[in-house]
Amino acid sequence: MTPEASPAVQPAAAAPVFRRVYVWELPVRIYHWLNALCVLVLTVTGILIAHPPAFASVTEASFSYWFGINRFIHFATAYVFFFNFAFRIYWGFVGNQFSDWRNFLPLRSAQFRQAGAVLRVDVLQATNRPIDAVGHNSLAYFTYFLMFLVFLFQVISGFAMYASMSKSWFPQLFVWAVPLFGGDFALRQWHYMAMWFFIVFTIVHVYLVFYHDYVEGHGVMSSMVGGWKFVRPDMLKGNGRSWFPLSPRSPRSEQKSAPRRPS
Amino acid sequence: MNVLESPSRTGGPTIWEEMHARGVSRRDFVKFCTWMSAYLGLASSGVADVLKALEKKRRLPVVWLHFQECTCCSESFIRSSHPIVADILLDKVSLDYTETLQAAAGFQAEECLHRTMKESRGEYLLMVEGSVPMAEDGAYCVIGGRSALDIVQEAAAGAKAIVAWGNCACAGCVQAARPNPTMARPIHQVVTGKPIINVQGCPPIAEVMAGVVVYLLTFDRIPQLDALGRPKAFYSRRVHDTCYRRPYYDAGLYVESFDDENARHGYCLYKMGCRGPTTYNSCGVIRWNNGVSYPIQSGHGCIGCSEAGFWDNGPFYQRLASFPGFGIETTADQIGLAVGAAAIAGAAAHAILTNVRKHHEIGEQAGESASLAPPPAVAESDEQAKE
Repeated sequence: MTPEASPAVQPAAAAPVFRRVYVWELPVRIYHWLNALCVLVLTVTGILIAHPPAFASVTEASFSYWFGINRFIHFATAYVFFFNFAFRIYWGFVGNQFSDWRNFLPLRSAQFRQAGAVLRVDVLQATNRPIDAVGHNSLAYFTYFLMFLVFLFQVISGFAMYASMSKSWFPQLFVWAVPLFGGDFALRQWHYMAMWFFIVFTIVHVYLVFYHDYVEGHGVMSSMVGGWKFVRPDMLKGNGRSWFPLSPRSPRSEQKSAPRRPS
Repeated sequence: MNVLESPSRTGGPTIWEEMHARGVSRRDFVKFCTWMSAYLGLASSGVADVLKALEKKRRLPVVWLHFQECTCCSESFIRSSHPIVADILLDKVSLDYTETLQAAAGFQAEECLHRTMKESRGEYLLMVEGSVPMAEDGAYCVIGGRSALDIVQEAAAGAKAIVAWGNCACAGCVQAARPNPTMARPIHQVVTGKPIINVQGCPPIAEVMAGVVVYLLTFDRIPQLDALGRPKAFYSRRVHDTCYRRPYYDAGLYVESFDDENARHGYCLYKMGCRGPTTYNSCGVIRWNNGVSYPIQSGHGCIGCSEAGFWDNGPFYQRLASFPGFGIETTADQIGLAVGAAAIAGAAAHAILTNVRKHHEIGEQAGESASLAPPPAVAESDEQAKE
């Protein structure tokens, strides 16, 4: 290994104190798991819609409605997915600094620097300097931004196709997407193609959560359950390479990031 | 020709008068009006509107242009089940110019066209079959020494409205399929500033064509159109929604291959690539050849001929089209599976690499083992740090 292998480890013997930080607020965690459930249900029902299995049935069609129910679940889940997604965007404006919407937009050079560092350290593993990211790292935020765009596309294309089967006003808001893509067929094709993004995303996402927990030991995995991460105090101070430099702003998030005290 | 009868002139027989003179009984005339109102989805009171309109209105001058197409729209129309349907267009509206059916030729025909465009300016209906080629200055479709683009733009300038017949005029159809060597364009892309009614299909159903003409005659306004410019009366529902095999779809009973047991049961053709779920047309309701049948009823899936780009959405016998840029028959599934497998392989390789490259960072670190951990809990030491 390189001699500068783990600078973070050196002072650890002296002060291995990890601070517990409340990173993911309860609404963010609920959003995450509800979203994961929706994506799972939508993917499974979506694959079934695209490739219905062959049931050798001797019953009359009037006794069976499984495909209709499957589609109903897909459409109903789509509504949950959409409103959950809309809520997450709202939370980007009122939540703590780790869920702030500004993290997701790749606008500042510091974000690009950190994304580049993540590529070198975690993906290419060219160096072992730790990335001091308390929330997500910049590359992850960018990826989630891309993911939100795919969410948006799935919502628009899905409801645009659904509009012709619905009398409700909401899906009608998306009918403009049909002429944009030339027709339902093309829209369906792209809607289906985008589903593969979710599958590939999930593979990479789950792997990276394992990876970060395994390598860094900040408790990434459990943070989406309890909200807490364990970080070195210096990571919170913004020492040049820290998590995207949004200074902790609201007193509320200050309070939240301080450990709860049983009083 | 019929130019003398254009409505800009006073007098002349009305549509009913002319029909009557040709031996159509009052009874047949009323039946026709009722029939058309039903197709148009009008309330029963609408029958009277149609009736009155055809009784009172004079013939409508029409210029019918043909460009890059196969004339199947005209063929469909003149094979319409009801004799009056053909009459209403070919005799009762004043078809002043149409390459396929007119008697005049050469200079005579050109003169007819120009006379109508001049004398009925702002009043004639322009009906177009076929797409307009843009490549090589339009050399792929030249009539009377002028390009299709020139002709359609000149004719459109004085038209009251434009009816685009068939997929060619509405979306380019086969000529516009990749690689589209003539750069064929539908009418709505080469004409601006005029209302365009896209009567889709390859060809459109004859009764749909007649319905659009009757609507224009009766109400003298553009029918309600969908987002792709198609009359809602005929294109607001998918073939799927009106398909008599729909219950099999919802029950999950599908034909797995042509001529299997399920096909003999008449199950849904969804898995055979039927485009019914993404195609807006009236085939399931009006059907073809005097309501005899339509593709799905004959055991073949819908190919989506009333949708833009349906030739490029092939192969027709699979639900998912081949994906552009990946060669023939490569579907989204094959690409997705390949990328998914690559992601898993990449993650596995990365995991191995991580254990090699980050060997010193993983697991127990100096000063972190349980025996060396400071007795106070993390939270408390953190409080101290804070204070």
